[in-house]
Amino acid sequence: MIFPYEIPLLLLLLITAAGAIMVKDLISAVLLLGSYSFFLALVWAGLGAVDVAFVEAVVGAGLATVLFLLTLFGTAPKDNRLRRPPPSLITLIVFPLLGVLLLYAASDLPEFGDPNSPASVRISPVYLEQSYTDTHTPNVVTSVLMDYRSLDTMVETVVIFASGIACALLLRRHG
Amino acid sequence: MIRPHDSIIVHTLGRFLIPVVQIFGLYVLFFGQYGPGGGFVGGVILGTGMILSVLIFGHDASRSQIVKKVLHGDGVGMLIYAGVGGLCMIGGGEFLNYANLEIPGLETASRRSLGIVLTQIGVALDVAVTAVSIVFSLSAEEIIEDSING
Repeated sequence: MIFPYEIPLLLLLLITAAGAIMVKDLISAVLLLGSYSFFLALVWAGLGAVDVAFVEAVVGAGLATVLFLLTLFGTAPKDNRLRRPPPSLITLIVFPLLGVLLLYAASDLPEFGDPNSPASVRISPVYLEQSYTDTHTPNVVTSVLMDYRSLDTMVETVVIFASGIACALLLRRHG
Repeated sequence: MIRPHDSIIVHTLGRFLIPVVQIFGLYVLFFGQYGPGGGFVGGVILGTGMILSVLIFGHDASRSQIVKKVLHGDGVGMLIYAGVGGLCMIGGGEFLNYANLEIPGLETASRRSLGIVLTQIGVALDVAVTAVSIVFSLSAEEIIEDSING
């Protein structure tokens, strides 16, 4: 089921994504990517995934834009050598074909909000019914992330820690 | 190398906005038990506030000295998270089973919520420091050298 206010949002997503690819100036492309993330955050919020919307808005529209801009200012903001070659014949054939295949596969997906879909019959009801008596945390997302799957979250934190150290070491210029 | 911005409008807005961003980050971090939010997003918002302060005032301003000190804390968040798990094991229970936290005078429910808050603080610290350190290593090589050489 698609709500009517989502159609303009999806159109804006398509426009900003295409614009980020087509535009000549790299800084404009970065800013278009930021606005794409912002519209995507609105879509997540409309679907009820407010946590994902938070992450998309802060990381996609905020942090990633700053990182892209710093990289551009650190290298060459007005580099004109970045002309892309025209798309090859294989690209023009394969990618529309892939899109048609994906649309064909999407017709087998369960409907949005279907209570009998495989994702919502096995483990989700258990979490939703028992999380408050188990963990005394009103927010189910937090109780799943921090209590039921706490070890997962810990190893994710290890990944962030390791990637931060790797970035700091790789981007260091002297010594 | 990030130089301070030379517009008074940006400075005034920054003085007003950065505390608001930081307080909102803390709110998201501690509100994660009751609504949307949590350690990861709260940490990114806190880190973004610090990055904003460095972008506006330059990294030699007195406001940014705190950020330089924070950079040395990489890994403390990880230590907090794993340390909570270790405390649970000291209590004779399973790793990261918060009901086994050895804190006298607390019921099981309070122990669980305290454990979740502590681990979220750990995640937030780790994410914030990582975001700030990536931005610094992209922009200013001197700071990274200083933090390595002490």
